[in-house]
Amino acid sequence: MKTLLYLLIGIIFGITMYKSEAASWFRIYEMFRFESFHMYGIIGTALAVGVVSTFLIKHYNIKSFYGSPIKFIPKEKGFKRYLFGGIIFGLGWALVGACPGPIFTLLGAGFPIVGVVLVGALMGTFLYGSLRNKLPH
Amino acid sequence: MEFIYQPWPWYSSGMVIALVMLLLQLSNKKFGMSSNLRTLCSICGAGKHTAFFRFNWRDQKWNLTVVLGAIIGGYIAANFMTDNSSIIINENTIAHLETLGFESAGSAYLPTELFGKDSLFDPKILTLLFFGGLFVGFGARYAGGCTSGHAISGLSNLQLPSLIAVFGFFIGGFIMIHLLFPLIF
Repeated sequence: MKTLLYLLIGIIFGITMYKSEAASWFRIYEMFRFESFHMYGIIGTALAVGVVSTFLIKHYNIKSFYGSPIKFIPKEKGFKRYLFGGIIFGLGWALVGACPGPIFTLLGAGFPIVGVVLVGALMGTFLYGSLRNKLPH
Repeated sequence: MEFIYQPWPWYSSGMVIALVMLLLQLSNKKFGMSSNLRTLCSICGAGKHTAFFRFNWRDQKWNLTVVLGAIIGGYIAANFMTDNSSIIINENTIAHLETLGFESAGSAYLPTELFGKDSLFDPKILTLLFFGGLFVGFGARYAGGCTSGHAISGLSNLQLPSLIAVFGFFIGGFIMIHLLFPLIF
């Protein structure tokens, strides 16, 4: 039953990534050239609703579907890892025009070559895990 | 029902993304796509080499299920919910892309110059896509999250680290598009 719920959430997410065009390389390119409001509108709306819903969950101590209290784990404090990691991520995002969610969606949408991007992303994740102790955080 | 075949406007798209996050919050889970890359590394045996991948990946099965859904969702949207997948972007953007050699701008979902069938046999394109992916994977884990984990759920929870990371995303994207693209393409 729970598995079905997660599958359904994923399907809704995948359809939205495709239909919103957030999974399109062209939209990402246009966003980084500041020539369209579209992507900023998507992220801004998600964020505006998200800020309110997150606040309401905390304020009213809303319980999860399973009756447990909902935990919000704060991100670890730091500066370098977020800035450097963010810049590296941004370089890749702008080049391949897809962040991790859309990489999966595009595979389903019929672009097998995105598998090369996925293999690269897995290698990048592995590389980070291997070099982690040597990097400034 | 005609609207279902059209591209979704930004406001409804943003609201559905917020709904996805809310459903995961109410399941006591975190909305974050890039952690699945770590889980997949772990399943492939990366834990034998590095402690970072030594964890019980079965606890992450829920998120892999979301990923499976995201793949199925892409299939459904592309095959049953779209009759013209061309992306109508800004005319200035199209004109600029044409100067870089992207003739498919305005008439495709993804540039055929990068993602078309011929690219599978083009070493330069394959290298670009691989390294682009490498940067995405490396950067997401270094920063502790990607667009979903930082830009949506982190910022929704008013996390300063997420703001720094999103700032970084845009610095990186800006450098790539404005400084590196003219050198690459």
